[in-house]
Amino acid sequence: MKLPAFNYAAPQTLNEAIELLAAHADALPIAGGQSLIPILAFRLAAPSLLVDLRRIPGLDAITISAQGVCLGAKVRWCDIENDKRLAAAHPLLADAVTYIAHYPIRSRGTVGGSLAHADTAAELPGIALTCDAEITAVGRAGSRSIAAKDFFVGPMMNALAHDELVTELRLPPWPPQRRWAFEEFARQQGAFALAGIALYYDLADGVAGNTHIGVIGASAELQRINEAEAVLNGRKADAAAILETAKAAAHAIDAAGDIDAPAAYRRALVETLTERALKRAAAR
Amino acid sequence: MTRRDSYIGNPVERIEDLRFLRGRGQYIDDLQRDGMLYASVVRSAVAHGRISAIDTAAALAMRGVRAVITAADLGNTIPTIAVRSESQPSLDRVVQPVIARDKVRYVGEPVALVIADSAAIAEDAANVVDVDIEALPAVTGRAGLAAGAALLFEACASNRVAGLSAVRGDIEQAFKDAGYVRRETFQVHRHAAIPLETRGLVAEWDAVNNRLTLSGAAKVPFFVRAALAKMLELPEHAVDAVETDIGGGFGARGEFFPEDFLIPFAARRLNRPVKWVEDRREHLMATTHAREVECELEIACRRDGTILGLRGSAWANIGAYARPNAVTPSRNLAQMLPGPYRIPAVQLDVTLYVSNKTPVGTYRAPGRFEADFCRERLIDIAAAELGLDRVEMRRRNLVTAAEIPYALPQVLPYGGSGEFDSGEYSITLERCLVEIDWKTKSALQGKLIDGRYHGLGIGCYVEGGSAGPRENARLLLDAQGMVTVYVGASAVGQGLETVFAQIAADALEIPIEHIAAVHHGSTTGIHEGFGSFGSRASVMGGSAILVAAENLKQAIRDAAVARFSCVPQEVAIVDGLRAVTAGRRRLTLGELSVGGFAAAGTFHNVKRTYSYGTHAAHVSVDPRTGQVEILDYVAVEDVGRILNPNTLHGQTVGAIVQGLGGTLLEGMVYDEEGQLLTGSLAAYLIPCAVDFPRIRAIALEQYPSPLNPLGVKGAGEGGIIPVGGVVANAVASALSSLAVATNALPLSQARVWQLIENARAAKRA
Repeated sequence: MKLPAFNYAAPQTLNEAIELLAAHADALPIAGGQSLIPILAFRLAAPSLLVDLRRIPGLDAITISAQGVCLGAKVRWCDIENDKRLAAAHPLLADAVTYIAHYPIRSRGTVGGSLAHADTAAELPGIALTCDAEITAVGRAGSRSIAAKDFFVGPMMNALAHDELVTELRLPPWPPQRRWAFEEFARQQGAFALAGIALYYDLADGVAGNTHIGVIGASAELQRINEAEAVLNGRKADAAAILETAKAAAHAIDAAGDIDAPAAYRRALVETLTERALKRAAAR
Repeated sequence: MTRRDSYIGNPVERIEDLRFLRGRGQYIDDLQRDGMLYASVVRSAVAHGRISAIDTAAALAMRGVRAVITAADLGNTIPTIAVRSESQPSLDRVVQPVIARDKVRYVGEPVALVIADSAAIAEDAANVVDVDIEALPAVTGRAGLAAGAALLFEACASNRVAGLSAVRGDIEQAFKDAGYVRRETFQVHRHAAIPLETRGLVAEWDAVNNRLTLSGAAKVPFFVRAALAKMLELPEHAVDAVETDIGGGFGARGEFFPEDFLIPFAARRLNRPVKWVEDRREHLMATTHAREVECELEIACRRDGTILGLRGSAWANIGAYARPNAVTPSRNLAQMLPGPYRIPAVQLDVTLYVSNKTPVGTYRAPGRFEADFCRERLIDIAAAELGLDRVEMRRRNLVTAAEIPYALPQVLPYGGSGEFDSGEYSITLERCLVEIDWKTKSALQGKLIDGRYHGLGIGCYVEGGSAGPRENARLLLDAQGMVTVYVGASAVGQGLETVFAQIAADALEIPIEHIAAVHHGSTTGIHEGFGSFGSRASVMGGSAILVAAENLKQAIRDAAVARFSCVPQEVAIVDGLRAVTAGRRRLTLGELSVGGFAAAGTFHNVKRTYSYGTHAAHVSVDPRTGQVEILDYVAVEDVGRILNPNTLHGQTVGAIVQGLGGTLLEGMVYDEEGQLLTGSLAAYLIPCAVDFPRIRAIALEQYPSPLNPLGVKGAGEGGIIPVGGVVANAVASALSSLAVATNALPLSQARVWQLIENARAAKRA
């Protein structure tokens, strides 16, 4: 579990980093390294060059404005946890981040790294997808904005070109009256989610609308469950609606099975977590 | 002012912690030597197969690679690793060779060793050693005992490689007399010790003197030396096995593994120091696993709950080879099946079989954890079916002080049985009931509160300790009055330096600050030692220190008598060993002897001490997720005499957490081809600091052991023994309305959920 040999560069600017990536076909960028270093140690990747983003200035701001919450790619989990403004500006994000791994990992892992890693059990990709977030990527061809639903193209796969780096994640504004909840279930605190649910809806005249329900960990793909969202939209979030929505989520999910959790178990977890999340959301 | 026992019994802070907390520990990877090379082991990726070719050319061509060693380099005979305890002749055919030559039998078996200028280069090169293996069908479980199953060893007629039986009383009569008989099947899953520090070695060859030094030895350095000397064809005195600081052993680390030969062999062949540090992935597949056993048991009782007999069969999966402790868990399982209870008739037949998995060995409370799980479950099942209170059923059957010494079952073919040494086993039961407030909490059993079922579990145990046959200590007293302690027992993280310093300081009636150092385990410090296993180190090593201390004082007195030309009765040792007097005459230690004094001591004992205790747990179970939460956990033990309440408490709580890990989180999972699926700590979960915060441990010293001058009993393993049974009983109690049988471990979330689903489906049907 020693790292394979690689060259190392720590460029001073984003452009230099992009040029280095462009010049080396198997180069990989590294930020917090909380996933990449174990991947290297297990020899699952052997890049010729690691481009360390640590010296690149900026990219570490949490900006809250009328446009929503903007997280720089180098914002760490602990930065989000410590930013008291987010409890109001984006409570779903603030809550979800507390489920991420363990404290030492949260003090190094970054927004950009997690998005690019695109683990289907990871919290931030789930939040990005659920919340219709936009991801800004910069490469030699310039800057572009990618919708989260287009960014995550498969397990551990993203839509970035080889020379592109994530620079920020933009979450749309959060209405103060929005109902929301995040529920996650793992084998132990800090372990990978066996299943997790991020959801919100907006109330108008006591009726739920604009329902967004995202699932992490339970299937091979990050996904929103439109079938379940449709069950709740236009109804009061009462006990019957909650149970129906949860059942619809479980029915719709293409659950994955492995040694820790058979597919039927994950499907049951999706139902349970959706139900619990909706109950918590209704009680807020 | 010193008084007798001023250190023993007091919460003396761990002396070791000063260097550990300052980052000054010397763990194996901290050792650096001039010109040192690094080793990486090439391991089989196939569970069962024939090696057709090993191509080392690409590895040898890499810059910085010094050698690639395969079986071909070892000559015609590949050394094998003997079974260290409770061997049987049939096991000689299935012991592990230090490197695979013709066949591989588990994923992780060493097939080659790369030596290079750095650990990273060695690993790079190991990855390009091309091992061509013709795969054979793999055997992973009890199905391997069926006729026609693939054989691991063609020379053996079957994958069954050994057997043993526990016997006591007239088992047939017991079952005839019983008003109630119940049969049940239990499974304990394969898991492992997982010490924080993995194994590691540094071997140095002294070509001038033909001497080899192996650092990184642990647990049984003298055994490692003897085995290694034989394999290297060196006299024993030409080999030293040296203990470094050790980040946990738990019975696994320190036994003789293939690398204990391969690394010294490489050092001698290359005439350079060679370091090897096992990485975590290797550790999970190469260091011994434990616990995997299936039991079919039958209990015979009177209708009033009096247990008359226990009988049945067990099948232990020992993995691909019989390693040094392959038999010990099965032996203990058989002997400890009745535990602390008065069960007049016992018969358990254990079959040991090989499979294409990592070989097994001892892990903290080997066999005892398994036995307790089965027995305590069976008692709960019987009590429920007989309509008896399960606490009352235990109370009725616990061995009493009046019955002690009480003989344990004999284990055949070994013979000899041993006996409980002292205790009143109901004491810990009653105290535990009070501490957890069993009476009040009983009302919660089976209740659904806020979506969680609540349950209580209880279980009792005895812990055998103080494995013999003897231990040695040596004390050096310098002219300034500072004492250096050498002991043959090994430190694997238990805090032995502190405990031995306490014992020595009290025995010599000196301040503990006058203990300059405590050296343990290594073959360099003492002529003979037996190490640390079977909860023996404090009992045996501590008692040896007492003997040595008396001898040291006698040596001083003898010298004083000679110098003063007086009678022995006139001599007094004063001032904390720093002066002697005879009447009004006084000499300082330096005046009495410029070179100071030395004395040795040996403590002989072949009888076991038996600590005992009771644990109880209050759990909640989320029926929607299968999550088991430990709401309260209470352990009460009687260890005879407490040497240091701090280190004891650490041992007990640590052992309980380790047991909870094994019961709820951990598990070595293989697929049908014998591939290990839990090859990292992301897949194999061990307890973290936040998982089990509510544990209370209470230690008593009611019944000292009559077997040693300290009155102490082994106490390092007891904490883990009852955990599986206690938690399984608590979960069964919580889910009593669903009649869920928690007779297989682990009680993982998915399994508990599945049990509930199955029970509900059965109810609907």
